[in-house]
Amino acid sequence: MKIVVLVKQVPDSGAERNLRPDDNTVDRSSANNVINEMDEYAIEEALRLQEAHGGEVTILTMGPERASESIRKALSMGPDGAVHVLDNALSGTDALGTSRVLAAALQRINPDVVLCGAESTDAGGQVLPHMLAERLGIAALTGARKLTVEGSQLTIERQTEEGYEVVTAATPAVVSVWDTINEPRYPSFKGIMAAKKKPVETLSLADLGVSAEQVGWTGALTGVASHSKRPPRSAGQKVADSGEGGVQLVEFLTNEKFV
Amino acid sequence: MASVVRMLPTPEAHDLIDLTYELADKELAMKVDEFEGRGEFPREIIRTLGRSGLLGLPYPAEYGGAEQPYEVYLQVLEILASRWAAVAEAISVHTLACYPVAHHGTPEQRQRWLPEMLGGELLGAYCLSEPAGGSDAANLSTRAVKDRDRYFVNGTKAWITHAGVADFYNVFARTGGPGPKGISCLLAPSDTAGLHVQARERTMGLKSSPVAQVSFDDAAVPEDRLVGQEGEGFRIAMGALDSGRLGIAACAVGLAQGALDYATAYAKDRTQFGQAIIDFQAVAFMLADADTQISAARALMLHAARLRDHGHPYSIEAAKAKLFASDMAMKVTTDMVQVLGGAGYVADHPVERYFREAKVLQIVEGTNQIQRLVIGRSLAKD
Repeated sequence: MKIVVLVKQVPDSGAERNLRPDDNTVDRSSANNVINEMDEYAIEEALRLQEAHGGEVTILTMGPERASESIRKALSMGPDGAVHVLDNALSGTDALGTSRVLAAALQRINPDVVLCGAESTDAGGQVLPHMLAERLGIAALTGARKLTVEGSQLTIERQTEEGYEVVTAATPAVVSVWDTINEPRYPSFKGIMAAKKKPVETLSLADLGVSAEQVGWTGALTGVASHSKRPPRSAGQKVADSGEGGVQLVEFLTNEKFV
Repeated sequence: MASVVRMLPTPEAHDLIDLTYELADKELAMKVDEFEGRGEFPREIIRTLGRSGLLGLPYPAEYGGAEQPYEVYLQVLEILASRWAAVAEAISVHTLACYPVAHHGTPEQRQRWLPEMLGGELLGAYCLSEPAGGSDAANLSTRAVKDRDRYFVNGTKAWITHAGVADFYNVFARTGGPGPKGISCLLAPSDTAGLHVQARERTMGLKSSPVAQVSFDDAAVPEDRLVGQEGEGFRIAMGALDSGRLGIAACAVGLAQGALDYATAYAKDRTQFGQAIIDFQAVAFMLADADTQISAARALMLHAARLRDHGHPYSIEAAKAKLFASDMAMKVTTDMVQVLGGAGYVADHPVERYFREAKVLQIVEGTNQIQRLVIGRSLAKD
């Protein structure tokens, strides 16, 4: 089974994150950049599939030069190799453009299963798996909390607010996962050493046959027009109990639709 | 947290230290209170560390070790101890328990046991001390009598870390006459008939680490589990202890660093008389002294480790490192409780735990009095 895991490098969600004042993009230079948390669950799921069914696991990343750190980190968990789409013209690419580039890369690899996190911690759009599946003409099994494979049949439990739905599709398919699906392993020291020797193929837009006009700032159909800092949290409302504090609390909770 | 600047010998050592910080922050720091509170041994966490390669750091790659020099291994221990001393101690004890087979085992013994020992699947214990004495190990009284292809062991071992959770026990027992030359080393599996783990000690600290007596009642250990030659046991035990002392020094440095980091953050946050208490010289000087002492202890520990790594005699330096680092950790953790004042005396803040844990480091792997004896004797000899 050929598995590709999409890995995105994002600013650490545990640290202070900012948008750049000049072009409204995520400021990646001041942040500690890490693997998008949900993608680690996708990597773990891919490795479990590989352990159960054999085959190979490839990491696919689109991102600037420094995204190679995240690729090495991902490889240290156990995947066999990686593809890094790296091109200066990609700066400013929106989700639609990203899906165009990743779809082109996936067509070269031709995997049975494409695994990815259900969302990224920076953009959080949850749209990429669907866009990719549409472009590739394959099924999208999104928001999985469980994945099982029988032959060429994939079955997921799609997590919903009320419970879960069982969704099946034949391979090839895109599967996006939530952090409820497994517990990602830590890299091992040996894995870190081995990762340094694993093949990482770097591809440009030209390699993928995608023109620079279709991506980047020029190709973007969506963009961030402006941004401002979230206002500081306002002081809370104090309820002084002079005999009817309970009533006031209930009124507050009802007005705010907490109850 | 003040970051520790580390001089490491290789790029891979930097990777290992990064991995250790990740494990320390994500696994240990999150779970320490829960396990210490319950007094539960974190076997699964130790297994996770084993799978990440942290249980066989100083041993050869051909048996699944990471072939790291002691100067790197000790810094890993130090980082783990800064989050959870019992886990660092567990790794130090386990590494010590692998020492006899790794250094004195036959090729067959190494092939048979080391991969699982170093991979974290088998956990080790080290049985040298006895109820009648730990410091005077050469006079131990546990006996092993050979009958055909088995040794029958009788006696009681005391202060055994991992008692009841270990998969194998290094047992030092008398197979010959009195004195150090009559002692041998046997590797007893935990399911040996006649090996009995006694009631768990109610320790002051390191509560997640089980310590108990282990008694041997005609416990039969196959002869192919003799490590080294008969009569070599004391030499093996002392060699392992030199390395073990460095492990305890690393635990002490890490413990003190953890206490300092916490107290420093607290002192920046806590205000009295309208200013952060770290801006009062009385507090800042206490923190500065602690920081200085920790750096000195780390430097001494690493000096001893580098001597070992380069094949020089290091046992006296190891004794100094263990002595200085553990006395330092006692002093520093006492002072860090003081920095927090009343808050430091309650279990809501980890300095209370660090303080209780520091004490044992002055006692184990040779009391600090024994370390002084060792150092003093070496001076008398010169």
